[in-house]
Amino acid sequence: MTDRHRRRPPSAKRQGLPLRYPPRGRFGPFGGQYVPETLMPALEQLERGFLQAWADRTFRDEFDRLARQYGGRPSPLYPAARLTQHAGGAQILLKREDLVHGGAHKFNNVLGQGLLAKRLGKQRIIAETGAGQHGTATAMIGALLGLPVEVYMGAVDVERQSHNVYRMQLMGAKVIPVTTGTQTLKDAINEALRDWVASVETTHYLLGSVVGPHPYPVMVRTFASSIGIELREQVLALQGALPDLVIACVGAGSNALGTFSAFIDDSRVGLLGVEAGGTGRSAGRNSATLSLGSPGVLHGARTYLLQDHEGQIQPTHSIAAGLDYPGVGPEHAYLKEQGRAQYRSVDDAAALRAFHLLARLEGILPALESAHALAAALEEAARRPADDVIVVTLSGRGDKDLITVAARSGVSL
Amino acid sequence: MGGDPTPKRSAAYVRALASGGASVIELGVPFSDPIADGPTIQAAGLRSRAGGTTLQSLLRSAKQIHRQIDPPLVLMLYVNLIEQRGVQPFFDAVAAVGIAGVIVPDLPLEESGPFSEAAQAAGIDLPLLAAPSSGPRRLAAIARSSSGFVYLVSRYGTTGARKGLSPQTRELIGQAREHAASARLPLAPGFGIATPADVRAVWAAGAQAAVVGSALVRTVASGAPPTALRTQVERLMGRRR
Ligand SMILES: Cc1ncc(COP(=O)(O)O)c(C=O)c1O
Repeated sequence: MTDRHRRRPPSAKRQGLPLRYPPRGRFGPFGGQYVPETLMPALEQLERGFLQAWADRTFRDEFDRLARQYGGRPSPLYPAARLTQHAGGAQILLKREDLVHGGAHKFNNVLGQGLLAKRLGKQRIIAETGAGQHGTATAMIGALLGLPVEVYMGAVDVERQSHNVYRMQLMGAKVIPVTTGTQTLKDAINEALRDWVASVETTHYLLGSVVGPHPYPVMVRTFASSIGIELREQVLALQGALPDLVIACVGAGSNALGTFSAFIDDSRVGLLGVEAGGTGRSAGRNSATLSLGSPGVLHGARTYLLQDHEGQIQPTHSIAAGLDYPGVGPEHAYLKEQGRAQYRSVDDAAALRAFHLLARLEGILPALESAHALAAALEEAARRPADDVIVVTLSGRGDKDLITVAARSGVSL
Repeated sequence: MGGDPTPKRSAAYVRALASGGASVIELGVPFSDPIADGPTIQAAGLRSRAGGTTLQSLLRSAKQIHRQIDPPLVLMLYVNLIEQRGVQPFFDAVAAVGIAGVIVPDLPLEESGPFSEAAQAAGIDLPLLAAPSSGPRRLAAIARSSSGFVYLVSRYGTTGARKGLSPQTRELIGQAREHAASARLPLAPGFGIATPADVRAVWAAGAQAAVVGSALVRTVASGAPPTALRTQVERLMGRRR
């Protein structure tokens, strides 16, 4: 790679984007490009294409236009008065990514990568999906841009997110159930990577989060950072000050990084990532990678993983399919080691309680993923003074989770 | 795949490969997430793990097997298994049991530095993998940074037997062979090479070796006796019709 390819996106400053563009995607010891040689030239092309596109006003204007006209951005920042009152402490504001087209923050990333795939002349898009949210968003963008989409989805997730499978199919995407390994998100990524090794000349792999080999973590964070850029302006306009604490759930970490990235240099703003505590601390009962895992290499990057002592990846669990992943974005691993962000876990039961609470108090059904962030926000708000401000990224809406929630409440739909 | 289907049967299969005339024997280490492998080798890894094989147990049995056979043993495994052991401790452990080389399918040139250094310090060969997409500049650099041989992934896709060799593969061998030659290393194409005709074709195209994986793993998977594997290797080597 030449130095030209390593430079920062020239327009980053203008947009207030984080200027952290590490060479070859190294966040300290984390990140990198641990992939088969077959993919290396494609990753180089992707990085070059991304940097050129991001520096190109035409591309950026198209990205912004579609985000507004098609995606419904900017998403509102909503002061949740009844929730705040219930928590009895700090004020809670919700960044409403659940209102974005598709019902989740996933929109930003798929729009950016979709436009990029088109610009690079790719004829086909593949993606993995866990909850089905990223697959749905990819299907949307495939229809919008006229590109065929194939989505790999673990057979277990196909079962528990059948609504989203049908949504993808309605928009013309082909959903391929993955029956290898644990049959969840991790294995869907494995299968998408295997497809890409065979199809890389014509196909773009539209990865759904800030994981994978460089340039994915930095590229996905850049596309997702609309969340934080909007939020920063909105909270300043509303409160006249930056928030004390910013909270987001962390599956692989894109909505959290998209939120955090606008505040990284504001050292007085606390950053809290919330992982899935599942049903306990032992292996196979949670997906709390940063809280309970250790560094290793998976899906092209060195990061925190849930693994055994030899390095075999462990099965994971979460009530929220979108958090059910044994790895995490390498930049999160770095923020954790630097102490710039804190990470903790919230278990299935607490997430469910937060889900019901938001429904009753505010008339909002959050995604179960987002409910993890909410549960942590309730705890934090209760122990902080009333003039503290906590912002929570509500990463998605809970329509996809109705069957899961109903089953937990003994209701059959 | 090492330990497929059980450690004991696997050792018998390895001896059969040796007596059939294989010049190098590659032992796969099972991994939970083998992204470079197709269905045949994925299934072998699952059988091996179900039979209780771990990296540690495989190293132990390699130590015995290597004393019983002539051809060198080479391990194939994914980066994370090396990382968890520690890079230098891993290569030292590998050297201590008499293994000659290590192939790492998810370790590209750019990340190989610390691994190559540790391998060299332990006296272990670490061939890097070249691919159809590499192009002349990367091919040359990969050959220069390889030791033992240059592993040429001869087509797009994962491991797995395919019908017939593509003209693209022949062309690729033609390009890669100069780079391997100037690094004074043999060129070993692999991925999708399954039959005696495939082997003859890659040799005719200028390769000095051929890596046959899934086609042999399939024989093991079928439950055939070790003698069947020996016969298959004899045919691949052109020693038997
Ligand atoms: C609503 C919602 N929130 C969060 C996530 C987790 O993804 P990430 O951690 O990349 O934001 C998902 C993933 O599917 C999701 O659907």
